Amino acid sequence: MPFAQSPSAVPVIVDDAKCIAEKGCRVCIDVCPLDVLRLSDLTGKAYMAYDECWYCMPCEADCPTGAVKVNIPYLLK
Amino acid sequence: MTSPSFDTIVDGLSEVDCDVLVIGGGTAGPMAALKAKQKNPKAKVILLEKANVKRSGAISMGMDGLNNAVIPGYATPEQYTKEITIANDGIVDQKAVLKYARNCYGIIEELDSFGIRFQKNENGDFDVKKVHHIGTYVLPMPNGETVKKALYRQLRRAQMLISNRYMATRLLTGASGRIAGAIAVNTRTAEFLVIKAKAVILCMGAAGRLGLPTSGYMFGTYENAANSGDGYAMAYHAGAKLANLECFQINPLIKDYNGPACAYVAGPFGAYTANNEGKRFIECDYWSGQMMLEFFNELQSGKGPVFLKLNHLHSDTVGEIETILHTVERPTRGLFHEGRKTDYRKDMVEMHISEIGFCSGHSASGVYVDDFARTTIPGLYAAGDMASVPHNYMLGAFTNGAVAGEDAAEFALNHDFEAFDAADVKLEQARVLAPTKREDGIPPNQIEFKTRRLVNDYFQPPKVTRKFELGQARLAEVREDMENTMVVKNAHELMRSLEATSILDCAEMAAHASLYRTESRWGLYHLRTDYPEKDNENWFCHTLLSKQDGRMTSEKKAVEDYVVPVADEEKDLYAKQRIRASA
Repeated sequence: MPFAQSPSAVPVIVDDAKCIAEKGCRVCIDVCPLDVLRLSDLTGKAYMAYDECWYCMPCEADCPTGAVKVNIPYLLK
Repeated sequence: MTSPSFDTIVDGLSEVDCDVLVIGGGTAGPMAALKAKQKNPKAKVILLEKANVKRSGAISMGMDGLNNAVIPGYATPEQYTKEITIANDGIVDQKAVLKYARNCYGIIEELDSFGIRFQKNENGDFDVKKVHHIGTYVLPMPNGETVKKALYRQLRRAQMLISNRYMATRLLTGASGRIAGAIAVNTRTAEFLVIKAKAVILCMGAAGRLGLPTSGYMFGTYENAANSGDGYAMAYHAGAKLANLECFQINPLIKDYNGPACAYVAGPFGAYTANNEGKRFIECDYWSGQMMLEFFNELQSGKGPVFLKLNHLHSDTVGEIETILHTVERPTRGLFHEGRKTDYRKDMVEMHISEIGFCSGHSASGVYVDDFARTTIPGLYAAGDMASVPHNYMLGAFTNGAVAGEDAAEFALNHDFEAFDAADVKLEQARVLAPTKREDGIPPNQIEFKTRRLVNDYFQPPKVTRKFELGQARLAEVREDMENTMVVKNAHELMRSLEATSILDCAEMAAHASLYRTESRWGLYHLRTDYPEKDNENWFCHTLLSKQDGRMTSEKKAVEDYVVPVADEEKDLYAKQRIRASA
């Protein structure tokens, strides 16, 4: 049976201008307990690939450049 | 690693061996690994973690304080043991609780030596607060946000072998029934790892993704959403016994945000739980089943919603509370309140009742362990939220993790590797990978959502026998879909599919255990409408659930004789939670 693509607004936002993933930084991807962050093929920056967030904040707290912002997921905001 | 390799399923299997394998690097796990290594510096100890030890588990962002510190001068181990016995409606093997109470002060001193600070008053004494119904056990941690970092430093110093992003899926046992190791799968490549071990310690946290949060957001759980009950499921399939699973975890939380409000922090400053008239209705904010029942009754009475009330406090006091609540444990609380324009100084904070889960950290549902953290399988240990020592919180995870680590190191010294059947590994690989072999079917997120939605519909207390039977029938249909049609596209989804199987296993255990105990006990946690009374004559006992000849089975186990006596007039102190109307 075919799969539908259901869009959802993701809570974790990465500021591409501040993210230094292209220099090899993987901090946010490494620390996420739910493993939802990935590298973008297009930009080489980190982004939230899976909408499976506990809005817990290690990604934001440990980012060395302040590029990551955790928002409250829309469904419970 | 570049992004195309992320999540691509790779065929692979490697094998390692160790003396002690610790599964789960949250709270109990790191302490167990450290203590095993301390006990026998020559031992090879591996710490395996589904996420990353740096930030995994319930205390990913730290903790505001110790909820159950037995500090000389404030409380005695005997007083604490008595209080937990009463709070848990008498169903307690006291030896393990008493041992915790005796050992925990030493662990506090050890955590202090790691750089974790504990609040002291102007006289230099520990500033212990009263939150429980009877005794005084809550000790704030001024730099509580640094706990995980401090633990990680210790692991690095001990040169601990850490394997991150490996999810254990099944335990291996030998012909004698003794533990032989575990099978794990990489969460980003799906490669298998077989770890042969002389002793294994399970520290895999609560079953926190069992019920569905009312927000409908699957990962908006009270527990760290990575804690999907994998440890409970693995212990079950290995043949271990699980205790009192019908004693659900249900917590009073900030509505929708689904994190603690948190009365343990705010209570000692003068905040309290209030109804829609702003009035107190419970004597004590300590989380017990009896307290949750009064919370539930208030919601049903028309005097709900229930709130945490701080708006009567001085602005500076509120500021102090905010600083704690918005930096530690669940720091996005501040952002949530900001979004809703909730100001603690003006508004009460709307609360509700959480989804159900298994978690001995707050209630009593866990893999059965004795006072050495030994499960019923020789060489297999459990500690923290998934082991059966009741109400043990973070300090219990550390303390019992230490007990497990030391005993496991000794067990490993006295035993050689247990042989296991290589066919078990092949079978497990086939089970794990089955959803990757299908082109078409139901994705794991839909299997999981439906399981958890059914848990809410049919298993949330008050428990009704007929509803439980219907829920079991619906879950059997989901199981058939899961086993025959679940499909995954990549390694990340494979992890989610494995979690979905743990969640369904836990849902079935929750139902089975609940139907077995034909009485009501632990307030809301096991409130059965068909058996509304407590029945001490027939049910003053543990229940143990296990897999016998491939079938889920429950049995009774007598409560061990108390080592700390509880007087008759003390036994129901926790049942007297409701504030009496003044004459």
